[in-house]
Amino acid sequence: MEVIFVLIGVSLLLAGGFLWLFFKAMKSGQFDDQHTPAIRILFEQKVKNKTNKKTPNKSK
Amino acid sequence: MDNTSTQKEKKQQTSCYHCGEPCEGDGLRHEGKDFCCTGCRTVYDVLSENDLCDYYDLADAPGNTQKNQSTRNNRFDYLEDKDVSGKLVDFQDDEQTHVTFYVPMVHCASCIWLLENLNRLHEGIISSRVDFLKKKVQVKFQQDLISLRDTVALMARIGYEPRINLSDLDVRIKPKTDRKLIYKLAVAGFCFGNMMFFSLPEYFSEAELLEQGFKELFQYLNVLLSLPVFFYAATDYYQSAWLALKNRTVNMDVPIAIGIVTLFAYSLFEIFLMGQEGYLDTLGGLLFFLLLGRWYQQKTFDTLSFDRDYTAYFPIAVTRLKRDQEEVIPLMKVQVGDIIRVRNEELVPADSILLDQEAAIDYSFVTGEEVPVGHRKGALIYAGGRQKGPAINLAVQKSPSQGYLTDLWNHEAFSKNEQKDSLASLANRISGKFTFTILLIACSALLYWSMHDLSMGIKAFTAVLIITCPCALAMSTPFTLGNIMRIFGKSGFYLKNSEVIENLAEVNTLVFDKTGTLTSPANAKIRYEGEKLSDETQRVLKALVSYSVHPLSNRINRWLGQVALADLDALEEIPGKGLRAVYKSQKIALGSASFLGLQPDDKMSSRGNKVYFFVEGVHLGTFFIDSGFRNGMGKMVQELKNNFSVHLLSGDLDHERQFLEKELGDEICMHFQQSPADKLTHIQGLQHSGKQVLMVGDGLNDAGALRVSQVGIAVSDNISHFSPASDAILDGERLSQLPQFLDYAKAGRKVIKSSFALSFTYNAVGIFFAVQGLVSPVLCAILMPASSISVVLFTTMATNFLAYRRGLNHKTPDTWK
Repeated sequence: MEVIFVLIGVSLLLAGGFLWLFFKAMKSGQFDDQHTPAIRILFEQKVKNKTNKKTPNKSK
Repeated sequence: MDNTSTQKEKKQQTSCYHCGEPCEGDGLRHEGKDFCCTGCRTVYDVLSENDLCDYYDLADAPGNTQKNQSTRNNRFDYLEDKDVSGKLVDFQDDEQTHVTFYVPMVHCASCIWLLENLNRLHEGIISSRVDFLKKKVQVKFQQDLISLRDTVALMARIGYEPRINLSDLDVRIKPKTDRKLIYKLAVAGFCFGNMMFFSLPEYFSEAELLEQGFKELFQYLNVLLSLPVFFYAATDYYQSAWLALKNRTVNMDVPIAIGIVTLFAYSLFEIFLMGQEGYLDTLGGLLFFLLLGRWYQQKTFDTLSFDRDYTAYFPIAVTRLKRDQEEVIPLMKVQVGDIIRVRNEELVPADSILLDQEAAIDYSFVTGEEVPVGHRKGALIYAGGRQKGPAINLAVQKSPSQGYLTDLWNHEAFSKNEQKDSLASLANRISGKFTFTILLIACSALLYWSMHDLSMGIKAFTAVLIITCPCALAMSTPFTLGNIMRIFGKSGFYLKNSEVIENLAEVNTLVFDKTGTLTSPANAKIRYEGEKLSDETQRVLKALVSYSVHPLSNRINRWLGQVALADLDALEEIPGKGLRAVYKSQKIALGSASFLGLQPDDKMSSRGNKVYFFVEGVHLGTFFIDSGFRNGMGKMVQELKNNFSVHLLSGDLDHERQFLEKELGDEICMHFQQSPADKLTHIQGLQHSGKQVLMVGDGLNDAGALRVSQVGIAVSDNISHFSPASDAILDGERLSQLPQFLDYAKAGRKVIKSSFALSFTYNAVGIFFAVQGLVSPVLCAILMPASSISVVLFTTMATNFLAYRRGLNHKTPDTWK
């Protein structure tokens, strides 16, 4: 039964990890615009497009 | 392009490859494609040179017409000014600059694609990102390679000129508060979920089966998880309650804060001193549901703007003439006496005297009337008008912020911070009584029990506070109001925040603006007098008017209906005056009196707009065009008259009084020749006599009245387009539903009251057990979510049902999530 102690710790860590990820996503502005990415994903990227600078939108 | 070529055979008409507008006359052929104007062709050239023609594959004719685009090179010179550019950029370091532009032309996938590939047009641009709903583009560029001015010029060259207005120079405060609420909601949800797991054995009295070690571990974990809830997620409630107490009032948050603190303190006491299980899971759930309700209520229409003043429409720069040399300077630096030049489609930024012979000024921003007004040399032109026609020179008479219109914003009504009295809201009034009652009951229980047993007395006291914690009470208001806001939003009525609903329910006086609000350009009444129009003439007229974007042309166009276009030669438009063309070697002209060399009519009595039709110099007929009422206005006013006193304010002369009385009935108080300031004082006068006033207006001249009234509704035909600062924006098409909206707001109050009754019932049951000292964690765990969820379900269903009965919610019922 002692394994439950370990499992509880693991589950809490896992849940906390997801919470942290959600915070991070929120901060990076992922939820600010919920419409444009849906359109953006359908654009074809040309192969010869050498400077493919799609840097993720980091907020300063 | 098969598509367009078949169309060509059918209609003898080609449409522009870039913007899809019909090409008049010959149009322009270039690389096997048709263009309507050189502007569109230039954009195509720029794109094809840079291998960006994918733009045309993503959507058919995705561009915006470049016909009215100004091509002057120096018009962005003001962006070189350090004062201006410094305020526009979001971020700048040694290498790169980030700027966010508002680009209203963004309308399709092609727009997004092109604007996000700006880096292929110029090496200085690092990246760009579009927010489609807000129509904003964030551009990052290296300022050593491309300046801000050149970036804007580049975007203008491909047909996406950013709109930069005076208000962009204000220090921008980005709303970060709603994000905080989401963090708190996430924390509360996380803790609540995990606490439920650890408390589960308690609910089923299985705790005995577990070893003691587990039980203690679960309790301590619960304590650990409750800390972020108590110290982080609940902070808003402490602050708000403290503020209210400091002002010697009681709002909804006072009983909530008392409940949270008692719950937390008593649970710690039980867990650490009594070795019992406490109510921490209840605390977590309480906060989670409360914050959820708050978030639901706060969700707003953030693509709309409710607080625009005149600076949102005024240009940032003007062209000044100095010793016959043009220079572009920021508007802030314009002084009285300067000579400025205003071109076609540009806004007059300050009250000034016309120096040229003629001008046609469109005051639609100000009054809502979009047909330009003619002015002669020496006339005073008010700020906010838009020149239609050739460039004019003006002598500035007043600084931009002191004009006839803009002076409105210097009125004291605008200097006050908008602090509508939220303490007067229904929920807060009830919660005051509620809190005192609860404290009374709790104290009586304490007194009663402590006569026999002090510990029992404390238990009963805290139990009353815990179980009556107005969870359900606190949630009924946000969920009801939030849902009403959504239903209004679906019906084309967008509220600034949920407080507006409560204000709407209290309104007893309605004030309407006439032009642009009750009347609408789309419902123009056109009367034609003169020789009968043959089918051929109608086709010629149709071809003429569809070439022009002038409002009167649009109205005649609509009036003509579906008629095929005739082939015209040498078609030209003299902006603001009229149209000329040749048809089967006959000269045809359509336009204003002065354009056709007629003497202007002396009869001011028939003040409508007239458009004259000439063939070979012979006057064939005249169109009389009057703005007409929107559909259903007469019926709406009749309906409203039964319950409200109705006023009408108009900036026009009273020549229409008889017509209005016939149309709307004579019980209405009508006031004519009202200046923007008159409208404001009229509303204040009504308020002094104890009236709750609702103002419905549309132009900037109503801004003062909209501001001071209890509820100001801005009517707009294009929701994302233009509206002055207001409490709500209403789609012009839906104005006739105003009686239903008002009625529904009143019904919403009843829903809140009944849900209060419901949660009082729960509280009564809870108190019944609590005063006897019978509260167990199980009872708490059942009663708390049951009461909250049933109240939420009740308000959602009731509001949807009432909306359905009023015909406001025909689409699928709104689900809250």
